[in-house]
Formats: sequence, structure tokens, C-alpha cells
Amino acid sequence: MRFLPYVVAAWLLLVGLYGIVTSRNLVHAIICLSVAQSSTYILLLSVGFRRGGTAPIFLDVPVGTRAVDPVVGALTLTDIVVGATVSALLLALAVQAHKHHGTLDPERLKPERD
Amino acid sequence: MTPRLRRRVFLVAAAVAGAWLLWGLTGLPDYGVYNGPYGDVLNRVAVAERKATNVVASVTFDYRGVDTMGEEYILFAAVLGVATLLRAQRDETEQPPDEDAADRHAPATSNAVRVIGLGLVGPVVLFGMYVVAHGHLTPGGGFQGGVVLATGALLVYLSGEYVTLRRVSPEVLTDAAESVGAAGYVAIGLLGVVAGATFLTNVLPLGRPGALLSAGTIPPINLAVGLEVAGGFVLLLSEFLEQTLVIRRPGEVT
Amino acid sequence: MDLLPALPVVLPLLVAAALVGLAPVCPRPVADAAAVATAAVVTVTCLALLAISLDGSVVYWFGGWTPRDGIALGAAFAVDPVGAALATLAGVLATAALTFSWRIFEAVRTLHHGLMLVFLAGLVGFCLSGDLFNMFVFYELFSVAAYALAGYQTTNPGSVRGALNFAITNSVGAILVLAGIALLYGRTGALNLAQLGQTLAPGPPDRLVMVAFLLLTVGFFVKAAVVPFHFWLADAYALAPTVVGVLFAGVVSELGLYAVARVYWTVFSGPMAGVEGLRGVMLLGAVTTALVGGVMCLLQHHLARMLAYATVSHVGLTLAGFALLGPAGVGGAVLYLLADGLVKGSLFITVGIVDHHLHDVDERRLRDRGRHMPWAAALMVAGALGLAGVPPFGTFLGKALMEEAALEAGTPWLIGLFVVVAALTSAALLRATGRVFRGLGGPSPGGSGGGAGSGAASGAEPGYRDHHRHAHPTQVAPAVLLLAAAVAVGLAPGITGVVETAAARFTDRAGYAAAVLEGVAGPGAGVSHPPVPLAAPAFWAVLSALLGLGLALAALAPQRVPGRLRDGVARVWGPVAATMRGLHDGGIGDSVTWLVVGMAAFGTLLAVVVR
Repeated sequence: MRFLPYVVAAWLLLVGLYGIVTSRNLVHAIICLSVAQSSTYILLLSVGFRRGGTAPIFLDVPVGTRAVDPVVGALTLTDIVVGATVSALLLALAVQAHKHHGTLDPERLKPERD
Repeated sequence: MTPRLRRRVFLVAAAVAGAWLLWGLTGLPDYGVYNGPYGDVLNRVAVAERKATNVVASVTFDYRGVDTMGEEYILFAAVLGVATLLRAQRDETEQPPDEDAADRHAPATSNAVRVIGLGLVGPVVLFGMYVVAHGHLTPGGGFQGGVVLATGALLVYLSGEYVTLRRVSPEVLTDAAESVGAAGYVAIGLLGVVAGATFLTNVLPLGRPGALLSAGTIPPINLAVGLEVAGGFVLLLSEFLEQTLVIRRPGEVT
Repeated sequence: MDLLPALPVVLPLLVAAALVGLAPVCPRPVADAAAVATAAVVTVTCLALLAISLDGSVVYWFGGWTPRDGIALGAAFAVDPVGAALATLAGVLATAALTFSWRIFEAVRTLHHGLMLVFLAGLVGFCLSGDLFNMFVFYELFSVAAYALAGYQTTNPGSVRGALNFAITNSVGAILVLAGIALLYGRTGALNLAQLGQTLAPGPPDRLVMVAFLLLTVGFFVKAAVVPFHFWLADAYALAPTVVGVLFAGVVSELGLYAVARVYWTVFSGPMAGVEGLRGVMLLGAVTTALVGGVMCLLQHHLARMLAYATVSHVGLTLAGFALLGPAGVGGAVLYLLADGLVKGSLFITVGIVDHHLHDVDERRLRDRGRHMPWAAALMVAGALGLAGVPPFGTFLGKALMEEAALEAGTPWLIGLFVVVAALTSAALLRATGRVFRGLGGPSPGGSGGGAGSGAASGAEPGYRDHHRHAHPTQVAPAVLLLAAAVAVGLAPGITGVVETAAARFTDRAGYAAAVLEGVAGPGAGVSHPPVPLAAPAFWAVLSALLGLGLALAALAPQRVPGRLRDGVARVWGPVAATMRGLHDGGIGDSVTWLVVGMAAFGTLLAVVVR
């Protein structure tokens, strides 16, 4: 239990990368990239977690209550926005790739030989 | 590499890389133990200094506000990128979406979906505005609320009213919302400079913690971000939908 | 008004938002002028910051959150001469690129300018930042803008492919960087570079520090295109529009190296100072990158791809300078990086001009079609000499400093590497120049007939066909000015002293921490440096250029080479070329696989060396 969340984060990263490497469909590859990205969310939030701590929102609880780290919350928020926007951009690229090459298969989208 | 060779090479490499990764991760403090000074100091002082009860929001928009400005512009750049990639190129023509086209394969939206979808638009938009406005007090803020607002647009589409969606959110409006949101963040940051301090200093009156109008520049920043995120996501939605429903290459049939 | 350090980031962001919002009502010339003017202002501001930072780092705490008891509460810019110089480079290249693009017609133009300005803001912010997560945010900012700009020309099918590989591979790199940041934060609870360094300083590197270093370095090496993380680069840089290629080749890859150097010297140089084999591991990466890039450069016939692989190989050379792990090597590497970036930017513009007028970028198909453009030939030859590091270019001085550092560090064989690699890259360009502008090199194997009609397949510029025989000044001037700047960097009086002082401060972890966390001004420029002997480096540089010329001529007229020599070379070169080409044939899956292989290999080497 001491390191379980970190192991989960590492697993997500490797599984996401495996998906990208063996993918036969660009949309699948992009979703796998999202999976790999989510490993960092888990890692960040686990690093800042404090057992028995509440959320760092002091509206109903007095300041000084045992709370988790707010900084990793902010970092994860940034990370999620970045991940979502990169996925959107990649999907737009995939749409264009399909228009021009008629395929979404990364195997068929290799560079031309010079 | 052939796909099979690639898979084998990857599995070997991932095993080794993963081993190193895990080995390094075990050097972290145990899960549930947080020692670092940064978060503790902020938890102690943030409410008193910034009068915002949501410490995460004060970190995001005040202590580390420049990071969030960068993040907002990442969203801006990505949406801009999607727009430049997907807006009609010169060799494509646009066909107006025809709701009752005979060649449409999907069945028309059922009345139940239509009613519930359209009925939910109002509460969703209201909830989104609530989340944006209360970001400095309770969990939420510009990013979260902006996405909820964009969901309202999505509901309009799901109810089968694509034409309405396009009329309600034309390109000009979404582009404007995005730009005003993005520029607004920078403008609020410049307020600090005008007042003689560094960029993004919180110079508006701080008020009382727990009140809606408190925490100085944090609520206006929340509004700017909410506007930008909502505009951005509605734009993304419209661009992708346009690709499937509207833009045809010459000679292409549905 | 306390805004100067933030201005070069804030201004382009504001103008970008304005341009996008006002796009429907903004006439094209106004948008063009606004973009160029903003880039110029950014350049001038960064130059001012460079001048100010020579007397002491400029530390700018956003939001007014100065540190308390050594704990940084906010995010800061910590501007030292190296960071400011790189930011200036980005500004110069952006101004040149935007000026060049005035004659290129594209759809959705104002949006394109918005993206370019956001790209510039990200680059500058990345160079000036003093906070690790802030660096990451600006890193993602310029990366996202780069992905969009690379695939922007949807009419060119190759560019979408290149952009996809670019985006996916670089995103994986960014994920690794963030994982490294999470590890460091978990250990130290800090994000500020100086604070991280101070917290980690005592003690040998334990597993967490080692793996954090691995993750951050691999992640940034993906951007820098160090082998084996470089497979995404050729397609992305070569098929992107010229305007963007200028910035990619000129500054983006180099920023990956800067990031590793900055993070190493502010955060890791404390715990890892005693690691004996680290230099060896880094040099191994540098040598591999330089050689692979050089060989691949020679194998290309697509002009922009040639420049892309030249970028890779010169990244290897710059990494060699950093890998010597001392201020002398760092100084040479930074100077080399600046001048080389300017030269490559100029070459990219020249290739863009060729493409614009001749509608092709394959040197075989372009054979003899450039005879009416002697000035373009001159630009390309000058660029080739700049790449070779011939005096008076700044690349010569940078290499001279690195060579002296290599001698001091006991690795004189690095000089041989510089000579060989510079010869390879300049040979490719000289060969292309001879073929395109002088008609040398015999008929191309595929026949020249099929090439002209299929210009769309390999040309990088869209629609607007310019039928004028003479290029517009807005296209030629940027190329000339960039080359002039590369020379000026090398000839500026006292530049060696400035570089050495800047490098000394860059590698001084304690001094950096004092400046950032306590506001203590850095040491003045009073340290005297003995003049660097230039005779030997000049000899090596000229040798390099002659070798390059020789290789180019041999490639153009193989029948003149003595038979036995030719057969011997062919027997070695043939399999090498085939292997290299085969390795570089893959797509997204291959790039990511090689990335993981590289991470595994580097991790193992680090573990061996740290134990």
C-alpha cells in the first residue's frame, strides 16, 4: 500500500506507450497518449496526498485543519488542460490525415523514402 | 521495423525502463506522507493573505498565476491550431447542413432526447456560471466552469439542433470570446504593473474571505478564463462537427 | 514600471489574442506589420535584458511573491546572460521568418500570425524562467504552437504526417519531464530551480535523484533530437513551412539542450558532482548523435531534410561541449549554438526562396535550374561554410572554445569529431549547391522529366506561385542579415570574455541560488581570461571545409575519383547507408519504441556510472 499509487502510475505510462507503439488506428493512438498522460495526474496527486487530510478549501473548516497539498492540485489542473488540448490538436491532425491519405493506420502513414 | 519486431523490442525496452522508473519511484516518501514545505506554508497563509478560501484557486491564479496564464494560452494555441487545420481549405466547398436530408442514415432524434436535452441547457449554463463565479470560494473555477458551459452547447447539438448551434455560436463570437478571455488575463496582469508592482500582482481590494466579491483579482481572472475556455471548447465542438456534417470535398457524397 | 523581464512574453501573447479577435476586420498588411513589429520589440527587449544581466542576474517574481526563508512561494524569471541570449536568438529568428513570409499567401493568415506570436512567447518564457514547472508550462506552450504550425499546411500531405509524429513523440517526452518534476517535488517540496538545488545539494545521488535526472534529461533530449530520440525530426522540420522551419532548426532543438544544461547546473550539479562517468555517458550520446546526423544529412536529396539532419548532427556537437561538464565547454557550446542557429535559420530561408521560385526542393530534380539565381547560390555556399565553422563565422569561435575545453578535459579526439561532422554537413550542402546552381553531377537516376510536374509532392510552400525571376527583398534580406549576425557574433569585440563569464555564472549553482533566493548580485565581470589561441582551431576549421568540399566534388563527379578508392568507399558506404535509411524509415510506432529503448539504455548507463 505504501507505493501502490506510484506503481499504478508507472503501469499506466507503460501501457499507454505500448498502445501507441502497437496501434493500427490514429484515434486509438491518441487515446493511448491520453492514458499515458493520466499517469502523471496520478503521480502528482499521490505525491501531495496526506493521510487523514481534507481538501485545502477552508470555507467550512478553520484554517489550520490537516489538509492535503494544494500545489499539486494546481499542477494537475494545468496538466489536464494541456493533455486535453494536445489531444484535440492531434485529433484535428488525424482528421486531415484521413482526408489526404484515406487511412488512419499509422503503419500506412510512414514517411516517403528520399 | 516490422510490427512484430517492434513489439518485441518495445517490450524488452519497456521492461528495463519500467524497472528503473519503479526503482526511482520507491525513493519517494510513502503514499500518504507529505513533507514538503510548499503546500504547508500556503495552507497556513493563503486564506489570510488572499482572502480566498479555496487555496488551490489562490495557488492557480495568484501565487503561480503566470503558470496558469501559460496554460490558458496553451488552450488558446491548441484551439487556434484546430481552427487553422480544419477551417475550409480552398479546394473544399461548404454545404449547408440539411436536417431532413434523405441520405441521412442516422434516425432522427427522439422527442424524449430533444426535450430533456434542451430542458437541461438552462440549468447546465447556470451551473457553469455558478462554478466560474465561486471558484475562489469552493472547488471550481474558470477552467472547470468553462467546460460545463461548453457542455450546454454540446447538449444543443445532441438534441438534434445543429443548425441552432451554428446560429448561436458563429465563428466570430467564439473567436471573440476566446480572444477576450486570453487578452483579459494579460490585461488583469498588467493592472499590477500599472499599480507599480510586478506583473500579475493582486491589486484589487481583497474583501472578506467567504464573500463572493473577495480575493482581489482572482474572480475577474476566473471570469476571463471561463470565457476563454467556454469559447474555446464550443469552437472545438463546432469545428469538428462541421467536418462531418458540412464540409465536402468536390465530388464527395455523404 | 517594473515589466521589462515579463514584457517579451506578455507583449506577443497580448498581440496574438488581439489579432485573433480582430481577424475579421483586420486587413492583411496590418496583421503582417503587427506581427513583425511585435517580434522586433521582443528581440530588442531580450537584447536589453542580456545587457542588464551581464552585471547580475535579473530576478523577477510574478505576483510580487518574493521568497520567505529560502522557500519560493511564487514563480520567477531568473534572467542570466545565457538565457537572455537564447531568447534574443528566438526573437531574431522570428522577426526574420515573419519578414520572409510577407510574400507567401496562405489562408487564415491572421490565425497563423497568432500562432507564431504565441510560439515566440513560449520560447522566450522558457529561456528566461527560473522555476521548473514554469519552464514546463512554457515548454508545452511553444510545443503546442509548434505542432499546430508544423501541420498547418494541410494541402501538403507530408506535413500532416510529420506533425503527427512530432506531436506524439514530443508529448511522450513532455510526460517524462513532468514525471521527473513530480519526483523532485515529492522529495523536496519545491519547484523553484534554485531552491531545488539548495535542497538536494548535500548527499550523494540516491535512486530518486538519479531517476529524476533520467526522466528530465530523456524528456528534454526528445525535443533536442539527441539520438535515439530524434526519429521524429526529419519529417516534421522538413515538411513544415519554411517560416516555421527557420525557428525549429534555429532555436527549438537547441532549447532542449539548454534545458538539460540549466536543470543540471542549478539542480543536479550538487549531488551529481562526484559522478565520474557522467561525462562519458553524455559524450557517448553526443558522438552518436553527431555521426548519425552527419551520415543521414549526406544521404538526403531533399534540401530541407538535409538541413533537418544537419540540425541533429550539430545538436550532437553542441552536446559534446556541454558534456565536458565545465564552464569552458559550456561557453563554447553556447556561442556555437547561437551562431549555428543563425546560420541554419538563414539556410532555411534560402531553401524557402528556392522552393518558392523553382517549386521543388529535391536537389536531383532541381539540377541546373538555379543558374539564374547566383545570389541564392552565394547564400547557400556561405551557409555551408558557416556550418563548417570557418572563420569569421561565430561557429568558428564557438568550436575553438569547445576544442580548447576538450584539450583541457583530456578528450582531444573530440577535435577529430568536430572536423569530420562539420565536413559531412557542409559537404551535403555544397554538393546540393553545385547540383542546383551549376548543373554539376550528371543526370539524375530517375530522369528530370518526371520531377517538374510533381512539384506538389515535395515542395514545401503552398499556392501562390511567384513567377518573378528575382526574389523580393523581404525574402533575401532576412537570409543575408542572419548570416551577417552569425559573423557579428563571432567578431564582436570582447565576446570571448563575455561568453566565458556568462558560462562561469551558468555553471555556478551556489551563485545562482544566492541571486535568486536572496537577491545577492552575481560576481562582476572582473575575472580575467587568457586569450584563446585561434591558430590551431582555424587550421582544423579550414581542413573541415576542404574535406567537405572534397566530399561534395567526389559525390558530384564520381567518375573522376580513382577506381580503387571509389570501390573501397562504396563497399563501406553502401551497407552503412542502407542500414541508416532502413532505421529511419519508420513512423510513429518506431519513434516511440526508440524513445523507450533510449530511456532504458540511458537509465542502465546512469545506474552503472552512479554506483
